[in-house]
Amino acid sequence: MRTDRFAITEQEFNPRLPLRRRFGGLFGLLSAAAILIGLVTLGLLIADVVRDGWQVLSWDFLTSYPSRRPQDAGILSALVGTFYILLLVTVIAFPLGVAAAVYLEEFAPKSRLTAFIEVNISNLAAVPSIVYGLLGLGVFVRTFMLGRSLIAGALTLSLLVLPIIIVASREAVRAVPPSIREAGLALGASPWQTARYFVLPAAFPGILTGTILALARAIGETAPLITIGALTYVAFTPKSLFDPFTVLPIQIFNWVSRPQPAFHDRAAGGIIVLLAVLLLFNATAILLRARLQRKIRF
Amino acid sequence: MTDPTTVTFASLEQRQDRIIGVLTGTRRSDRLRKTREAIIVAVLFLAALVSIATTIGIIYTLGIETYNFFRRVSIIDFLTDTQWTPLFTEKHFGIWPLLVGTLIVSTIAMAVSLPLGLLAAIGLAEYAPPRLARVIKPILEVLAGIPTVVYGYFALLFVTPLLQRFIPQLEVFNALSAGLVMGIMILPLVASLSEDAMRAVPQSLREGAYALGATRLEVVWRVVVPSSLSGIVAAFILAVSRAVGETMIVAIAMGQVPRLTFNPLVAMEAMTAYIVQVSLGDTPHGTLEYQTIFAVGTTLFVITMALNLLSYRFLKRFREVYE
Repeated sequence: MRTDRFAITEQEFNPRLPLRRRFGGLFGLLSAAAILIGLVTLGLLIADVVRDGWQVLSWDFLTSYPSRRPQDAGILSALVGTFYILLLVTVIAFPLGVAAAVYLEEFAPKSRLTAFIEVNISNLAAVPSIVYGLLGLGVFVRTFMLGRSLIAGALTLSLLVLPIIIVASREAVRAVPPSIREAGLALGASPWQTARYFVLPAAFPGILTGTILALARAIGETAPLITIGALTYVAFTPKSLFDPFTVLPIQIFNWVSRPQPAFHDRAAGGIIVLLAVLLLFNATAILLRARLQRKIRF
Repeated sequence: MTDPTTVTFASLEQRQDRIIGVLTGTRRSDRLRKTREAIIVAVLFLAALVSIATTIGIIYTLGIETYNFFRRVSIIDFLTDTQWTPLFTEKHFGIWPLLVGTLIVSTIAMAVSLPLGLLAAIGLAEYAPPRLARVIKPILEVLAGIPTVVYGYFALLFVTPLLQRFIPQLEVFNALSAGLVMGIMILPLVASLSEDAMRAVPQSLREGAYALGATRLEVVWRVVVPSSLSGIVAAFILAVSRAVGETMIVAIAMGQVPRLTFNPLVAMEAMTAYIVQVSLGDTPHGTLEYQTIFAVGTTLFVITMALNLLSYRFLKRFREVYE
């Protein structure tokens, strides 16, 4: 070993560049392999679901109630339930989320309370969804005595997606340049009028994109709804807010949990429908975002 | 077709007209306007308070039922008993079988998602051409958007039968498939957060290392990763928290047998899966069974909250360095 680490003669200096480059190349391959594992799994998952489920897809599958005989079982009640939940969550969470975002971005004073609200929102976004289920069970189902109803489920999911909507809406509102606000104020509009008629319209496409993604999350959630006691076997469609309900993911879970392979294929069929709905939502969000980036330049 | 932008700005003009009308025509109602304004801001403030109400609601609901639970079951039994059999006639309330079930499946998930996620992040941030990275990243993130019930289906009906060909003693319900699939599910979270952390490393650091004759791998491994370490650690901790709270994969593919074992090839039960199991039955309010899911939920909430706060602290440190 050398005693003086600075005493390297020119002959001794050997950067071994080819070897180091080869290590680098190997590492690059390794990281490509990691990405590939993710992509291949995604492909396998979709291929597996489509292979198992495509033959059950039919008009009857979409318009039949679940049944004890797998060949008759359909997803009508689940599909209708998912649609109602979606509608209710939009009505409840969207205005609340946008209002909270506008408050935090445009009106909130720099105070401890504001800082606390902000930390609290980012914490809520990381709370496991099943804990929201327990919240819904304790508060909406028991304390408010709403039972295992559509409205209890919608309120639970609204609280779950609220942090996502708030965070996305805040980003959209923050992206509106100050000059727009100054223009509003210069015209004599009050702070609220500025926010309502100048900032919100400009931020709206961004808010909408975030909301659509949050709703996609709500459609896929299973655990919180099972926890509040949504039924797994519902052979009717809910007629009021206080009726029991089921949704697509719960119907899928119910069919996966049965031992008969025929029900597993029904589950795969349900998954195809669920993924198609989610694809529709995400595509809408992506299109909206692309349009927004192309059209609005401040 | 209608163009959303023009619609937006057309209505904006109309509204400006209306505002000006309001301003010029009703000067005397200035005080009225101020009151109205204050009421609106108060309503917005209430909307922001909903998030705090949610937190209070979670803590209150979990707290009160957990308190009721511990009035009937000793907390010492809960923390030291090694059996969990609240649904049997001979009842034991030791959390360990559920805790170990969650631990095993999360460890497997982490063994998949941490190395793969970090490698993918390095590949996307440092190796791949930016154009390719822009295509791959959203596709990879599709993995994070797939509902967990779908992953449960995949674990139980694809991965387990596949693994059984190589490991014949693998049971139908097991922690291994659930953990592997969960790892793939969490991969985009790790990759995307780590990539963000690495992108925040100033370009000058990379250039300095290149100027000293470092290869790309050396720049990544000795400069970029160490400089973004707190962000990467924050991503890892958040991933652990996600794994611990994950429900449907373990409820479907891991089983509902609360036994204390470290063997990932047999059926076990995670904390979240127990909550689902009890919720599927019709458990009357006020019974001990009903209270157990809140006690388990509290344990889950405390663990994930601690992890989230830890992750937040790491993230804050990393932000302070470069912003």
